[in-house]
Amino acid sequence: MHNHFDLFGLAPAFALDAAALERRYREIQSQVHPDRFAHAGDAERRASLQWTTRVNEAYRTLMDPVQRAKHILELHGIDLGFETNTQMPAEFLVQQLELREELEGAVTGKDAEALDRMRSELAANRKSLERQIGEAIDSRKDYAGAAGLVRKLMFLHRLDAEIEAAYEEVE
Amino acid sequence: MALLQISEPGMSAAPHEHRLAVGIDLGTTNSLVATVRSGVATVLADELGRPLLPSIVRYHADGRVDVGYAAQAKQAVDPKNTIVSVKRFMGRGLRDVAHVENAPYDFVDAPGMVQVRTAAGVKSPVEVSSEILKVLKLRAEASLGGELAGAVITVPAYFDDAQRQATKDAGKLAGLNVLRLLNEPTAAAIAYGLENASEGIYAVYDLGGGTFDLSILKLARGVFEVVATSGDSMLGGDDFDQRVFCWAVEQAKLSPLGPRDMRQLLMKSREAKEYLTYHGEAPITVRLSSGDVVDLSIDTETFCNITQTLVRKTLGPVRKALRDAGLTVDDIKGVVMVGGATRMPQIQRAVAELFRRDPLNNLDPDKVVALGAAMQANVLAGNQPTDQDWLLLDVIPLSLGIETMGGLAEKIIPRNTTIPAAKAQEFTTFKDGQTAMSFHVVQGERELVADCRSLARFDLRGIPPMAAGAARVRVTFQVDADGLLSVTAREASTGIEASITVKPSYGLSDAEIERMLRESFEHAKEDVHARALAEHRVDAQRLLDATRSALAVDRALLAPRELEAVENAVRALEQVLTANDARAIKQATDALNRATEEFAERRMDEGIKRALAGKKIGSL
Repeated sequence: MHNHFDLFGLAPAFALDAAALERRYREIQSQVHPDRFAHAGDAERRASLQWTTRVNEAYRTLMDPVQRAKHILELHGIDLGFETNTQMPAEFLVQQLELREELEGAVTGKDAEALDRMRSELAANRKSLERQIGEAIDSRKDYAGAAGLVRKLMFLHRLDAEIEAAYEEVE
Repeated sequence: MALLQISEPGMSAAPHEHRLAVGIDLGTTNSLVATVRSGVATVLADELGRPLLPSIVRYHADGRVDVGYAAQAKQAVDPKNTIVSVKRFMGRGLRDVAHVENAPYDFVDAPGMVQVRTAAGVKSPVEVSSEILKVLKLRAEASLGGELAGAVITVPAYFDDAQRQATKDAGKLAGLNVLRLLNEPTAAAIAYGLENASEGIYAVYDLGGGTFDLSILKLARGVFEVVATSGDSMLGGDDFDQRVFCWAVEQAKLSPLGPRDMRQLLMKSREAKEYLTYHGEAPITVRLSSGDVVDLSIDTETFCNITQTLVRKTLGPVRKALRDAGLTVDDIKGVVMVGGATRMPQIQRAVAELFRRDPLNNLDPDKVVALGAAMQANVLAGNQPTDQDWLLLDVIPLSLGIETMGGLAEKIIPRNTTIPAAKAQEFTTFKDGQTAMSFHVVQGERELVADCRSLARFDLRGIPPMAAGAARVRVTFQVDADGLLSVTAREASTGIEASITVKPSYGLSDAEIERMLRESFEHAKEDVHARALAEHRVDAQRLLDATRSALAVDRALLAPRELEAVENAVRALEQVLTANDARAIKQATDALNRATEEFAERRMDEGIKRALAGKKIGSL
């Protein structure tokens, strides 16, 4: 599999210098983007499309904390297989159920402010989880431990998407 | 019609020769063409000095076609054969078209896209649009004094795949080399950003005749990056006319109107709307074919009341785009207003209120999209020195997905993904011995397939019989820089590959385009073969130019034998270029394309290495 960090000349780590990544992404894009080859031959246009697609994919993966963590774990041979292996601590699952009930309540009550509140609490929880994932991967090299944390983070991401969709029902 | 001036073999075009390239704003109400001349983007006017071309096409029984003001003048006399706002029908089925009952056309519900029966036969929206594009192409060629090397055509950012494909087909049908489909708000942002040297996060609020877009962009020096886009491709200035129309029908207690009366009253409704931008009250006076006279007056307050739901409808997409971008109104440095409909005071007020700042109106809302498109066309044609051009990163507006069990849509590429993009997903058989699988490609945000837009259906056959769940069918979605999708499915578990590539079905097949081209030639008495020859020559010349300039820079990347192979292919193409043999030119072009594949790959690798070495592009 491709190592997305290599593509940008970065060392694989969860802690990310987003500004450096963005700079390199743009430098590479300015070399390979289809806009540079609109007047070129088929072979160059095809190569440009393939490269740009790959660079976009790599950039998107590294900019997103969940995808970045999954990618690092995959580079270490850990496939999260999140669809099949979802044994989560019971306490965490109960908490998730409660949050979803709260979300339903906000939707039925057409309460956009409740959604805002849920979202900002969620953002704080995500930040703290991301900090823990960074410590597990970058400092302790505890990839198995990190995998459990990443699964939790994925739950929170999905909840965030559900809140996002709920705004449309509330508005 | 010659498509280019052919140079003598061996006399390649000078490397910095200026290629004629234009930007075209193919609007619902008006269309424009612009180009960059001496570094300045300008809208090209017609022989009477008029910059706008009304997007109105009238068909005569003898096959003659009027486009623009001539057609506009007759719209109330000949409403059934005079197509206005055709953009609303692009890539749409009959059931998707709003206000069908108020449109005076004889619709034909064709598979894929609605068509209209006219005195000159049944016409698809693609053909109607291509008539508008042909006029703009001729206008540009007359005013620039040469054949066009290429054009950028703008589309609403919220156009789905079918609507984009239809627009590109219309360009091809008009004989244009479509360099790129460019999103209208993005084009506006280019024009605005370059004009004002803006940096920071901007929103573009684009309310056109038939579509609404809201895009949020990050502007930095040399980079235009779309962060999120949202909108409503069935909402525009036309809907405000419709509200006035319905109000007038109700006030005057009119019984159902015939096509002519309907068109008259719609025109007067539009005039009243425009008048109300600068006045407190507007008259609506129409003499109906029955002899009755409608004599009404509408004031600003009434107009605001009957249109306030429309104004509110634009604010939902604004909030959605902000949420998608993870931003609040406080992060937005300015709101650029685009589209004639943004002149309405109630729109200006609503935007100012939501963003808590005055919107930016310093560019002509009718022209800014065409100007931005011209600037981008100039870059794509290779006219802009590379140290002065820019990087444009755009996104897809709507998620692309596939139907799974139970009529649910599974998203493969989510909305607001930067393009070009690709994503693969694996599917498997659910019956023992199953040898075929059906796929249904959809676009939209809703969970149920029935609520999304159906783009294409296709079957993958020839899967070797296996136990249920053993086959591994990999479906790959690829979205190109125009935002157009192609889908490939491949069974790979046994090493036997069955693959199929589909283009969404709303676009016309190559055969249909060829038929339309033939028909239009028969009418114009042009020779299809001459045209094919000219087109192959354009392609060949472009490839020769590109190969020569690539060799000039990166010759060292090829081993002597490889270099020889490329040079041989170049010579072979040069030799057939002047002969009148279209097929030989095509074959030699394909051969040169194949011969340069490896070279192209290495040049990309080299580009990436250079980027990582931190060298500035300008210093290369």
